[in-house]
Amino acid sequence: MWLTRPFSERSTQLFLGVLIAAMTLVTFLHLALPESNPLYVNAYTVNLFGKYLSYALLAVAVDLVWGYLGILSLGHGAFFALGGYAMGMYLMRQIGDRGVYGHPELPDFMVFLNWDSLPWYWAGFDMAWFAFLMVLLAPGLLALVFGFLAFRSRVTGVYLSIITQALTFALMLAFFRNEMGFGGNNGLTDFRDILGFNLRSDSVRLGLFLATGVALGLGYLICRAIASSKLGRVCVATRDAEARTRFLGYRVERFQLFVFVVSAMLAGVAGALYVPQVGIINPSEFSPLFSIEIVLWVALGGRATLYGAVIGAILVNYAKTIFTGVMPEAWLFALGAMFVLVTVFLPKGVAGLLAYRRKNSTSSSTPGNTSNTKEVSA
Amino acid sequence: MRNFPLPWPCAARARPASAWPALAWMLLLMLLLMPTLAHAQDQTQNQPQDQSDDAAIELLEALDVSSYADKGAAIEAIVTSDDSRAREWLQELLDGRLQRTDDGRFVVVLENRGRDWPVADALTGEALGEISRRNLERIGINNALRNQLRSAIAVVDLYSPDLERRRASAERLLGEVDADLAEPLVSVIEGEEDDQVRERLVQALAIHRIELGELDALSQLEGSLHPRVRVALNRAASGDDPVLADAARSALAGIEQQLKINRGLETLYFGLSLGSVLVLAAIGLAITFGVMGVINMAHGELIMLGAYTTWAMQQLLPGQPGLALILSIPAGFLVAALAGIAIERGVIQFLKGRPLETLLATFGVSLILQQLVRTVISPLNRTVVSPEWMSGSLHINDALSLTLNRMFVLGFALVVFAGLMLIMRRTRLGLEVRAVTQNRAMARSMGIRATRVDIMTFALGSGVAGLAGVALSQLTNVGPNLGQNYIIDSFMVVVFGGVGNLWGTLVAGLSLGVINQVLEPWAGAVLAKIIVLVFIILFIQKRPRGLFPQKGRAAEG
Repeated sequence: MWLTRPFSERSTQLFLGVLIAAMTLVTFLHLALPESNPLYVNAYTVNLFGKYLSYALLAVAVDLVWGYLGILSLGHGAFFALGGYAMGMYLMRQIGDRGVYGHPELPDFMVFLNWDSLPWYWAGFDMAWFAFLMVLLAPGLLALVFGFLAFRSRVTGVYLSIITQALTFALMLAFFRNEMGFGGNNGLTDFRDILGFNLRSDSVRLGLFLATGVALGLGYLICRAIASSKLGRVCVATRDAEARTRFLGYRVERFQLFVFVVSAMLAGVAGALYVPQVGIINPSEFSPLFSIEIVLWVALGGRATLYGAVIGAILVNYAKTIFTGVMPEAWLFALGAMFVLVTVFLPKGVAGLLAYRRKNSTSSSTPGNTSNTKEVSA
Repeated sequence: MRNFPLPWPCAARARPASAWPALAWMLLLMLLLMPTLAHAQDQTQNQPQDQSDDAAIELLEALDVSSYADKGAAIEAIVTSDDSRAREWLQELLDGRLQRTDDGRFVVVLENRGRDWPVADALTGEALGEISRRNLERIGINNALRNQLRSAIAVVDLYSPDLERRRASAERLLGEVDADLAEPLVSVIEGEEDDQVRERLVQALAIHRIELGELDALSQLEGSLHPRVRVALNRAASGDDPVLADAARSALAGIEQQLKINRGLETLYFGLSLGSVLVLAAIGLAITFGVMGVINMAHGELIMLGAYTTWAMQQLLPGQPGLALILSIPAGFLVAALAGIAIERGVIQFLKGRPLETLLATFGVSLILQQLVRTVISPLNRTVVSPEWMSGSLHINDALSLTLNRMFVLGFALVVFAGLMLIMRRTRLGLEVRAVTQNRAMARSMGIRATRVDIMTFALGSGVAGLAGVALSQLTNVGPNLGQNYIIDSFMVVVFGGVGNLWGTLVAGLSLGVINQVLEPWAGAVLAKIIVLVFIILFIQKRPRGLFPQKGRAAEG
């Protein structure tokens, strides 16, 4: 019911249509064409697309809290990285005794640090189901505790942004420490297998790409379902006038907490899909810069549209790939300029442009101009 | 960071056992020669070549032998000679600067850089221009000789008219006095005018007497915090004599107590120093964020601009780091303030009332500024020289010395804070700022030009960031990432102290600095920082408006 409602929305139909078409097209171009064909998509590109899609899922998660709940989280990278680390730990255990030191149980970096047994929190990560569960639970729990404390004491607006940033910064510092048992500076890498399949084979890369696409589709549907439900309406009301919503009798903090946790879990899934595709997870994913970059993707694509977040994530990361390949020193200029230009001239993002061009669109599903709404902080 | 006094070099223990009696003998001899020596030194200033240079050359020739034992004898010969240049030779020999040219002249290398080294004649001190380093041969010494040289210099220095040299020499003799040296030392102590040197020498002598088992010498060591005194007491405490051991133990306990207090004071000092850095970095933010409500993520980069201004100033005024530093205070303020005005006019004014968007846009500005510095100047760190009057430290006692540069920064932070308080409380601008903050519309209808006030406030906050950069350049590396390292901390300080409250920023900054330093010894630097961050995150849950929340209507904005 509430889960099927999004299917009747035109924007969702369109989005899913485009997503499925793109996935089919890439698969076709990769598998059916000979390598000599100019349209042939090689495994590297498939991998790259897979990475973009996992970023897109992360952007959708951020858009859910920022676009619909008005919480500008500058710490979503932390949830992404936690999901990534959960996946990384599973992949680490899958290496088994094929590491450099050939230890049957301990990952290489632990052998290197002269540890003689696995720390307790590594237990169970050799089982896929447990690791995948932790991909959801680790970021979810952190978001639950953090959100419970923050929303209960009505920390909102800029203050919340700053402490989410502090959260991810603190986690980054913590994960840099070798004593934490997560590989310190180098993080987790040198993965080999996932679920028994060789990570470096082309077909697994294609499989991961498709899995990420499916996850993005599902994540999008979940967010859409939340946004278009009554819950979503309360969220938007909270975003636009938190105090008023509270006076109407809604326990605002519960709604905030629920959506925040869902968003963190989605970010965790995105991280878990990202790690096997790039082959490494290290503390730099916790860096405040990355988290704030995610927000830019959403801002560029357009807040509170979800598909805008996807567009933004793919556009910015595509630009990043191009720039860092051609003129790496210009990338930060471009990124900085994007931040400024988008916020000043394009408050509704690319999605806003699209909506502007087809004026007769179903604007009821996309909440109105959020930038004009006064930020009310209790 | 922390400079603990280095323990006595271990190599000292390896010195030949015969060195000390010889030195003591020399000491006696020096005592006799004292008047002559002083006389000789007076004369050298008038006519540098009063000595027979053949004798001097002979002294130096003796050094240029392959056997280290012979070299040791030659060094003793130099010490016991009444040549006024003896001390310089010993020092030059110790530094490896005493060298010999192809044609057999003894020269002093003034600077060993590049292929040709500027040298001076070892005998006359006259500059001889540059000589290719291939034509020079250094007179080699080994560790045993090095120790002999240091001790010899210490003994020679005891009679030096230069107070600093006597101090260093007395320091060196602590714990190194033996029976032969003790006797002449007594008369040296009597003749010594400087209290500090005398106290050191008394302690040096007392250590020796304790080693001999003399109980009454203990009283002279009580309260001394010097590590070598503690070593001596520890040895006495584990010695055979039970009475002496007990007395030594109680003296040690007293010293430990004092050390603990000193360590506490040191932690406090480092904490306040770190805190003052935080206050400096955050106080500008307290103006722009706290008073104006504008989130300026580029604040850190404004700090960086201030630091780079100091660097540029020093490039413009080579050789005058002090003047450059003083000039960069107004210059850093100006550069950062102008950059701030540009940011305000170029970006922030379009985003009025949208704090989250302001945050993103200014973050973009910060990326651009960072990359600009990387591209235009260099991605590498630049070194900013500390002027002489800022380096060194203030010696409180043997266990506690306070580094001067940190003290300057601490003082600077307080001055900047006081200045800002004055501006906000006592000037027209401050009044207008507060009026606009409290009620913009009302302020405007009273004739205050709100836009102008915005610009001025932002320029003020940014300028203070520039000042922070000038100060930071004296403590840390100046690089493109300088600002990034401080931005999160700065926001934490402002939020912790209570937005819109300058006093809160001061208290928060200093206390966070101290907390950090108190945690550091047992948690490590990184963990201490994490703990502080988590503490602030939790604190904000408890008191979302910081330590000193604003009350009344201003708080509702």
